[in-house]
Amino acid sequence: MKHLDEYRDAHLVRRILEDLKHRVTRPWVIMEICGGQTHSIVRHGLDQLLPQGIELVHGPGCPVCVTALELIDKAQAIAARPEVIFASYGDMLRVPGSGRDLFAVRAAGGDVRVVYSPLDAVRLAQENPGRQVVFFAIGFETTAPANVMSVLQARALGLRNYSVLVSHVCVPPAMHAILGSPHNRVQGFLAAGHVCTVMGYHEYEPIAARYRVPIVVTGFEPLDLVQGIRLTVEQLESGRAEVENAYTRAVTRQGNAAAQQVIGQVFEVCDRNWRGIGRIPASGWRLRREYADFDAELRFEVQALRSEESPLCIAGQILQGLRRPADCAVFGGECTPEHPLGATMVSSEGACAAYYRYGRGA
Amino acid sequence: MERDDGMPVMEGAVCPMPLAHDVTVVMGHGSGGRMTHDLVRRRFQTVLGNPALEQGDDAAVLPLPEEPGRLAITTDAHIVAPLFFPGGDIGRLAVCGTVNDLAVMGARPLWLTASFILEEGLPLATLDKVIRSMREAADEAGVVIVAGDTKVAERGKADGLFISTAGVGWVPQGREASGRLARPGDAVLVSGPLGDHGIAVLEARGGLGLASDIVSDVAPIHGLVEALFQACRQVHVLRDPTRGGLATTLNEIARQSGVGVELDETAIPVRPAVQSACELLGMDPLYVANEGRLVAMVGGAEAEAALQALRRSRYGEGAARIGTVLADPAGRVLMRTAIGGTRLVDMLAGEMLPRIC
Repeated sequence: MKHLDEYRDAHLVRRILEDLKHRVTRPWVIMEICGGQTHSIVRHGLDQLLPQGIELVHGPGCPVCVTALELIDKAQAIAARPEVIFASYGDMLRVPGSGRDLFAVRAAGGDVRVVYSPLDAVRLAQENPGRQVVFFAIGFETTAPANVMSVLQARALGLRNYSVLVSHVCVPPAMHAILGSPHNRVQGFLAAGHVCTVMGYHEYEPIAARYRVPIVVTGFEPLDLVQGIRLTVEQLESGRAEVENAYTRAVTRQGNAAAQQVIGQVFEVCDRNWRGIGRIPASGWRLRREYADFDAELRFEVQALRSEESPLCIAGQILQGLRRPADCAVFGGECTPEHPLGATMVSSEGACAAYYRYGRGA
Repeated sequence: MERDDGMPVMEGAVCPMPLAHDVTVVMGHGSGGRMTHDLVRRRFQTVLGNPALEQGDDAAVLPLPEEPGRLAITTDAHIVAPLFFPGGDIGRLAVCGTVNDLAVMGARPLWLTASFILEEGLPLATLDKVIRSMREAADEAGVVIVAGDTKVAERGKADGLFISTAGVGWVPQGREASGRLARPGDAVLVSGPLGDHGIAVLEARGGLGLASDIVSDVAPIHGLVEALFQACRQVHVLRDPTRGGLATTLNEIARQSGVGVELDETAIPVRPAVQSACELLGMDPLYVANEGRLVAMVGGAEAEAALQALRRSRYGEGAARIGTVLADPAGRVLMRTAIGGTRLVDMLAGEMLPRIC
């Protein structure tokens, strides 16, 4: 397939891996930020082909995994209301809250629908003027432009029955949190290519300088990933700590100015709770006051809910790169994709789900 | 003045002749009375017409084939939205699904029965189209629909039309195909590209905006099975990888037979348009449904003969050898990835969900 096969070229991948073997002189711990990268690494079996000594740890870049438990519970409370059509990306339906998931809400009579784009949710609002349509606006910087566009479009259409439950998070504050932790093991980062498509990579320059870590903007196909790893290792071996771009076909230093402009128009920075990690200051986005009419939390006045996490789940430590899915006592036993105890086992981008599905650590 | 179903409302003294409801299904069509009879006679018997059905008795009474063999019986229920999609419809799906379940047991499909749950308000023209499609598929598969039933559900209690089928076939003596019979060294073959049906139906539901020309593969595969048995002596396992896709089917076989399966990622046929749709939606073609594909495990020495036999047959033009049966790891399916890694190919966990980004 065009634009894809080129980046899965087995011959080129092997050549880069061979080259990498000659460059590695000591062990290095590299974190891929994005869950999409984790998935691709395991799906293509790349982790098995890396030279010994290079350890990949999996980062917090799975929006489904880090969405705060209390927000999942709120989503379920809103979705259960009879007047509501609750629209969501598919992955979110299976994420366990304190008690149940959105599938269970649907089975109990809630009108929960999978959409492929928030603009489909806006269309639902147009088609169902007598109902309240709520879109679960989760994600990192990648999904933010589409999510804010849905709000802008709903306003332009004069829709009074559309609102969003916002749980947006941003990558750079999470990197600060990981690097600032006394337990940190990460020595280099593969930055998430799609996040950088929107935001550019200039935001990472101060992080590379402050913590002395190389950060390489990396894509998602095998060739992208080995190239990102090679550039990171080259920097580590030569004692450099810079931001490099290995995903030039999609990413520029400044990113997508138009997307950033609409994000800034609708969202403002806020503190966020990250599931499994805790509260990170200035780590997310919420609706600006001018768009309060579209805020589902205000519209439905959902009370603060008491949320409880499974005590067995170590997702938080996995998301910080401190432990691996195979280190978990309940991995593959009590916790499986059919009966997940934590979000990392749910999402197609979650590290535990990727390990389980592709037979790692079993 | 008109009612919801488009029929005129009669007030005052009217002619006692029954209304000829010939626009949509109404509750009366399920009454068991004259309307039901008319429906069966005018719509089902006319199109599906055959001596067994036309007898109008409570059951079809049929002679078994005279050649030595055993009976194969299967049943299947069919729900699909939308009822019509590129390459097929619920009628063709119902016939082919049942025929294929018989075929993969090595049976020659003979007879089908079909029960229809009709939703009040279903346009009768839609029903006619489905029945005609069933007739065409049955003719293609060489089976006869010998018995049927119709019930009507109130509006909102059925999604247009559900079809439940049963099928009877004859397994000639000497044929033994089962998911328990895979042996180390067997070649794993598939009769054509994967995922066409699932993506065609998803696309037909609208909203993906993929503007593709993907057509469902729904087809009877009994001809492929016949070709295999004629070309090979060691046909061990036959399956049709429907819901759950190839990955789920192979996992079932690996568990049933207590063997491992190793797939070669580069050998698995997938159309570029299906691959693109899957990449966009975060799906894996290995888990997408097929309705006209055959998975076969045959003795390794006969792999080439089997492949040629499939490729010469209708619906088998795109056949490929995709892997090999191993002794270990028992009960598991592995894949050699294109770049040389190995990974597990597990069963589908629950509903396949499009990913977020």
